[in-house]
Amino acid sequence: MALLEVTNLDVRFGLRQGEVRALRDVNFTLERSERLGIVGESGAGKSVAAFSLLNLIAKPGFIAGGSINFEGKTLNTMSERGLRKVRGNRISMIFQDPMMTLNPVLSIGEQMVECLKAHRRISGKEARAICLDKLRQVQIPSPETRLDQYPHELSGGMRQRVIIAIALLLDPDIIIADEPTTALDVTIQAEIMALLLELCEQHNVGLILITHDLGVVSQVTQRMLVMYAGRVIEQGPTREIINDPQHPYTQGLINALPQMATPGEKLNQIRGSMPSLSNLPSGCAFHPRCNFINRADGKPRPACTEQVPGFVESGNCRVACHMVAEMIEDRRLKEETS
Amino acid sequence: MIAFLVKRLFHALLVMFVISIIAFAIQDNLGDPIQQMVGQSVPESERAELREELGLNDPFLVQYARFAVNAAQFDFGYSYVFNQPTTEVIARHLPATLELVAAATFLIITLSVPIGVYSAIKPRAWLSRFFMGVSIVGISIPVFLTAIMLIQLFAIGVSWTPFPVDTAWGSWLNGVISTEGGMPAYGRGDPVPVFGTWETNFASLEGLTYLVLPAVSLASIMLPLFIRLIRAEMLEVMQSDYVKFARAKGISMRRIYFLHALKNTMLPVITVGGVQIGTLVAYTILTETVFQWPGMGLMFLDAIERSDIPLIVTYLMIVGLIFVITNTIVDLIYGLVNPTIKLTGKPA
Repeated sequence: MALLEVTNLDVRFGLRQGEVRALRDVNFTLERSERLGIVGESGAGKSVAAFSLLNLIAKPGFIAGGSINFEGKTLNTMSERGLRKVRGNRISMIFQDPMMTLNPVLSIGEQMVECLKAHRRISGKEARAICLDKLRQVQIPSPETRLDQYPHELSGGMRQRVIIAIALLLDPDIIIADEPTTALDVTIQAEIMALLLELCEQHNVGLILITHDLGVVSQVTQRMLVMYAGRVIEQGPTREIINDPQHPYTQGLINALPQMATPGEKLNQIRGSMPSLSNLPSGCAFHPRCNFINRADGKPRPACTEQVPGFVESGNCRVACHMVAEMIEDRRLKEETS
Repeated sequence: MIAFLVKRLFHALLVMFVISIIAFAIQDNLGDPIQQMVGQSVPESERAELREELGLNDPFLVQYARFAVNAAQFDFGYSYVFNQPTTEVIARHLPATLELVAAATFLIITLSVPIGVYSAIKPRAWLSRFFMGVSIVGISIPVFLTAIMLIQLFAIGVSWTPFPVDTAWGSWLNGVISTEGGMPAYGRGDPVPVFGTWETNFASLEGLTYLVLPAVSLASIMLPLFIRLIRAEMLEVMQSDYVKFARAKGISMRRIYFLHALKNTMLPVITVGGVQIGTLVAYTILTETVFQWPGMGLMFLDAIERSDIPLIVTYLMIVGLIFVITNTIVDLIYGLVNPTIKLTGKPA
């Protein structure tokens, strides 16, 4: 059985104008020390997915259905008390903006030690020793003085290192990293990412990496999910998706990479923008932006505008797209007739 | 730290200098002190003599210089009315005001923090909504009206209530709210002498009962303000990333509320609080008048009525001094709570 198993996760926000479905039909598993990437535009539901794993979505959001299984325990029905024992202990998180993640009025040491003390019966001296060890692992110079410093005395990169050290404090099974390098200087981004990867490999920690950066996903993760408007639209082994994307949206994302553009010409882009979750287009939520909504004969495929696409298996991947389903069906019919 | 205090001392002197000019400049417009000092029967020649003797005919700058030199030695002259050094008169009235302000401040701090935090943690609870509603009413009612209502309810007592006596709920409610009165609402009672002119109301139970109504009505303006301020700040802090991160670390909610969130909430509250405690001293004028509390506020009104200029000036100077001192103390506390502030003399 997988370490983490998410089935049919359904997250909603109870707003005044009605319920908004922020996530639906999200299914994935994570094996021990596996690394999974979640990509998609802003508003696709990546962060909601990350926060819902530990039941940390802020009100009025709530998990309306599905299950999150971790080591045989169902996290989404667990009591707050039980969840607290998992958070920061078995599954820890790294946030996007290191400038905002650490409490400005508490010293680095206080914020590290309190995490250890929340999960272990431990003396202050032992806790300090563990903190120093972790700070050394994330390559922070002179960790003894850092412990007594406050967040404002550290640079953004240093703070993110401290946050990684906090995430590793209790040797967790999984780290959920929500765009861990987005807020950092470009020169620091690669450093922090390499450090995170190295530490995960070294300690056999599973990683759920949420990012906009397809380059990072292809380098770091073994499997990936592509999300669009609260749904997973393509998932499978990272290499296969990057090399041979099936869903028009994934194709568009990869096409939009600067490396894919012809020098001297405009960068490729997916026209339009992510729809609002409270006002999703009918049928496939991607259809207003899709280049392949028309069939070979020039007529639009009615299913795209009328029916939410289900998943089809394509190789090792699962794709939610009417066109891909049609192509697979065509291929099967051809094979049968020949 | 030392550099900070030296810098603040310099600021304080500057502030006091400005206050002294303003205080002294208004003296010409406050009527003729001679008329207040002597009776109708004193002839004009004697009045002119007295005026000359008191230096009231000297040019403004000469009078001010004389005043400033003396003030630097803490000598503000003689009160025309009391015929005593004004500092002595103030010293007699100061303890009453300070004790009133201290009691009101105590009420504000001990009530606003728990109520503010509670209504931020449980914004939808009916108790929170009740506190918010009452605080809006509290902000809107002027302090003298609150004082008069408190006197009516708790000192005089009420014989009529809007609740019908012949129903069960009505008589129950009447039992809860109607009082026989009897709370002291006039003066300080018999305060216990501590040393010198300092007499305290805190030393005896009876003294404390005299403090209750004035302190409550003085607190009634600031308390709702602080509750709402703490609630608003706390709500904002609870949305912050570091609170979410603390939750993701598995920290207990109690620790998050009372350490992570409250410490950040208190930063702006301390800043506002410093100014407001100074303002409380000014508000004592109203409270002390309604309750005939023998403090500086009452003394000040009296001094204005009788054109007792030296006493008025001294009052303004002392209140200014209290403002400066409380603000310095607040800045020190702020520096202790907020690690991003270093108490050096240098500008940041």
